[in-house]
Amino acid sequence: MAVEIGGIGHSVARKEDARFIRGKGNYVDDVKLPGMVYLDIVRSPYAHARILKIDASKALAIPGVLAVITGKDLVPLKLEWMPTLMGDKQMVLPTDTVMYQAQEVAAVVATERYIAADGVAAVEVEYEPLPVVVDPIKALLPDAPVIREDRAQKDNHIWHWETGDRAGTDKAFRDADVVVKQDIYIPRIVVASIETCGMVAKFDKVDGQLTVWMTTQAPHAIRTVIALVAGHLGLSEQKIRVISPDIGGGFGGKVPVYPGYVLAIGASVLTGLPVKWIEDRSENIQADSFARDYHITAEVASKKDGTMQALRVKTIADHGAFDAAANPSKFPAGLFGIVTGSYPFEKAFVEVDGVYTNKPPGGIAYRCSFRVTEAAFAIERLVDILALELKRDPADLRMQNFIPPQAFPYMSTLGWEYDSGNYAGALKLAMDKIGYAALRKEQSEKRKRGELMGIGISSFTEIVGAGPSKHFDILGIKMFDSAEIRVHPTGKAIVRLGVKSQGQGHETTFAQIVAEELGLPVGDIKVEEGDTDTAPYGLGTYASRSTPVAGAATAVAARKIREKGRLIAAHLLEASPDDIEWKDYKYQVKGVPAKSKTMAEVAFAAYTNHPQGMEAGLEAVDYYDPPSLTYPFGSYICVVDIDKGTGEVKVRRFYAVDDCGTIINPMIVEGQIHGGLTMGLAPALYEEINYDKDGNIQGGTFMDYLLPTSMETPSWETGKTTTPSPHHPIGAKGVGESATVGAPAAIANAVVDALAHLGVRHIDIPITPWKVQKILKEKGVAE
Amino acid sequence: MLMQLTINGASKEADVEPRLLLVHLIRENLLLTGTHIGCDTTSCGACTVLLDGRPVKSCTVFAVQANGRTVSTVEGLEQNGVLHAVQEGFTKEHGLQCGFCTPGMMMTSVALLERNAAPTELQIRQAISGNLCRCTGYVNIVKAIQYASTKMGEAKAEKQPATAGRA
Repeated sequence: MAVEIGGIGHSVARKEDARFIRGKGNYVDDVKLPGMVYLDIVRSPYAHARILKIDASKALAIPGVLAVITGKDLVPLKLEWMPTLMGDKQMVLPTDTVMYQAQEVAAVVATERYIAADGVAAVEVEYEPLPVVVDPIKALLPDAPVIREDRAQKDNHIWHWETGDRAGTDKAFRDADVVVKQDIYIPRIVVASIETCGMVAKFDKVDGQLTVWMTTQAPHAIRTVIALVAGHLGLSEQKIRVISPDIGGGFGGKVPVYPGYVLAIGASVLTGLPVKWIEDRSENIQADSFARDYHITAEVASKKDGTMQALRVKTIADHGAFDAAANPSKFPAGLFGIVTGSYPFEKAFVEVDGVYTNKPPGGIAYRCSFRVTEAAFAIERLVDILALELKRDPADLRMQNFIPPQAFPYMSTLGWEYDSGNYAGALKLAMDKIGYAALRKEQSEKRKRGELMGIGISSFTEIVGAGPSKHFDILGIKMFDSAEIRVHPTGKAIVRLGVKSQGQGHETTFAQIVAEELGLPVGDIKVEEGDTDTAPYGLGTYASRSTPVAGAATAVAARKIREKGRLIAAHLLEASPDDIEWKDYKYQVKGVPAKSKTMAEVAFAAYTNHPQGMEAGLEAVDYYDPPSLTYPFGSYICVVDIDKGTGEVKVRRFYAVDDCGTIINPMIVEGQIHGGLTMGLAPALYEEINYDKDGNIQGGTFMDYLLPTSMETPSWETGKTTTPSPHHPIGAKGVGESATVGAPAAIANAVVDALAHLGVRHIDIPITPWKVQKILKEKGVAE
Repeated sequence: MLMQLTINGASKEADVEPRLLLVHLIRENLLLTGTHIGCDTTSCGACTVLLDGRPVKSCTVFAVQANGRTVSTVEGLEQNGVLHAVQEGFTKEHGLQCGFCTPGMMMTSVALLERNAAPTELQIRQAISGNLCRCTGYVNIVKAIQYASTKMGEAKAEKQPATAGRA
């Protein structure tokens, strides 16, 4: 039966594929409206400069250029600044000063895409360069130039956040047998989804209705933000419709509101015409929000026998010129508090300071739940450094320290209640599958011959599914999520959700949850998301929250339907509702399997023959407030070989054991892990956004920002353990980001392991051939 | 400039600016939006189409360079309601997620299999190394192309007499 309906646990073929393989997806740039005009953006060549003059006359003289919008034009509309999700504000367009290279300076509206670009080239801007600070540590020095003159506080410090027991942790460090300490820099990276950001905005001057097609992971929250930002212009929330059509990858980069979106809406309001704005790739890399950029100092205190006791972490977080991160309100450093990882530290203290620099806004996620990758990377590197210090095998040291399975639910010293886990089980499986003992033997033999081979482990714990409303909100909106299910008279159903797929396959997996709960075939269930006029309100898809939150809402809504259906079944079967049970995907009279009704039969009756006094119809909605977060985990083992001539690191094998609780669609989960691993490989070995001292971006296009291609990416090997979440209705935990969180440490640990006998203890990612070759030369082993 | 091209078997004429890129002709003038744009440096391959059977990145070809020539896009792969083996492979092997790189990736794959019916894994990886994917990690894309290779091989064997092609 289960196989026929395609419920939970089946590799059901994806419904969304049918249009994508035919080129019939509908992405924002595919939206074409009658009379539509195009918007393009003039950007700053300087990282910090005063704007002396903007001369648009040559641009306006180009036939087809309709308007040039500058910051001064936005002042009467009170739109030159917009609020950020972090309680800061961000320039839509500057009135006098630019604060990072590629910042928006003016917008050109034209009848054609190419003419808009001509207009951008013809706008003449005079700048007076100002002192630039790109290093957040220098930005905190007393004589550093102040970037945000608009603030009352005249320095570059944004906020301080801390968690844990400072005094107790300091004492544990004073009393410890062994302390290891490491500075770790996790560089700026950018998600670079293959589809860039964009919008089509259509404002109808007659009825005041604004419709936008937008590359957003959170359409409902965006509608509210638009109403809050532009309510004074008459854009009230019932007149705003946000449509998030097919999205070509999100990974966190399509959560924030960028100035381009606001400008497209503003241009449509001003001209009364539909306006399209689509970023170029270089704009996407140079100006959209960044991830990481964490300068971490981490220390572990341990007993001589390797028992880890205390963790102390100090971090400087570079947030660029505006604090436009996308974290829950109470967590300016996101969920960095998961930094104690898979280990039962008795004491921990973590502090993070946010700092302004002359760079684009940072602090968004790169396929991870609010700073979880930074946390996992720090702790998993530190465990390896401790193993090196104690001359212990890193697998052995982890096994000694893991939180044991019987300790769950486990309250971490930093106050997070881990739902379930079996860390030793996952690591043991990974070690068995990859042949850990044999690899260590091979390594030892190769080392004798002077060959460089390394084995790296990462046994990470995530924290996803934000989140319980008592702790989690964005702009005050609680981080629940929603599902609405309607079962039609003929037993078919539509499910509408507050989240939004960007490739995760929601149209399939959410249908599978409903299939499992209602006994309807998966093909009879349509899933719809991304239209604020039709879908119930939700906070959107990021931080691996769709399955933990909206997936739970879907199951709960389906169970509400099943409960109403039980009353209808009792009516049809002329039995007491108490005698009706749900078994084998049908309602049955207890003990009389022959007397049964299917959901389709019950659905028909809900519209044609429902009990007297009962409301007609068969539908339900649920706004799910998760009681807690979910904690997916895994153990990864990576094997690398290093070329002593070029310094190139080759990932020879990578075995990933993931545990995301109950798996809805094994094929989709494995696909997500493959993709996540590749986005873990990327910052470990290739991707980094650098700036020179003048704030010029050093890798602003795909020519020099190196996404892994099919040639660098290994054939990932995957395995699983299944430890359901006890508090989730179907036991699922979320998986989209696990591999991106866990993989970088495994790769970095493998490279350091290959060089450890030469005295190498740490290398900052990305571990490029240049960095490795430099080390090989220093150690006298380069060929 | 007046130009003519044959796209997915249909002859089309267009009056274009000399600077118009082929990808914009395809997407904006001919309304075939299956071909995507993912970068501005010829790096990502989302815009890959076949020009006289050879894969090109249509963001780096002027429309007028296609004058008098034949262009194939993703919309032309399905014939008479039957999916191309490459399309079938991509869905069967879960070779796509967000779908944005998929049309370009499939066009590169079609061109590969036209010139090498039975590529090795390394040959497949080399062929698609100019097409970036952020979702799949390429593993299932490789499998999708292997699926198509096998399927096309079987179809060819069925069409030919039993003795043909065997030494």
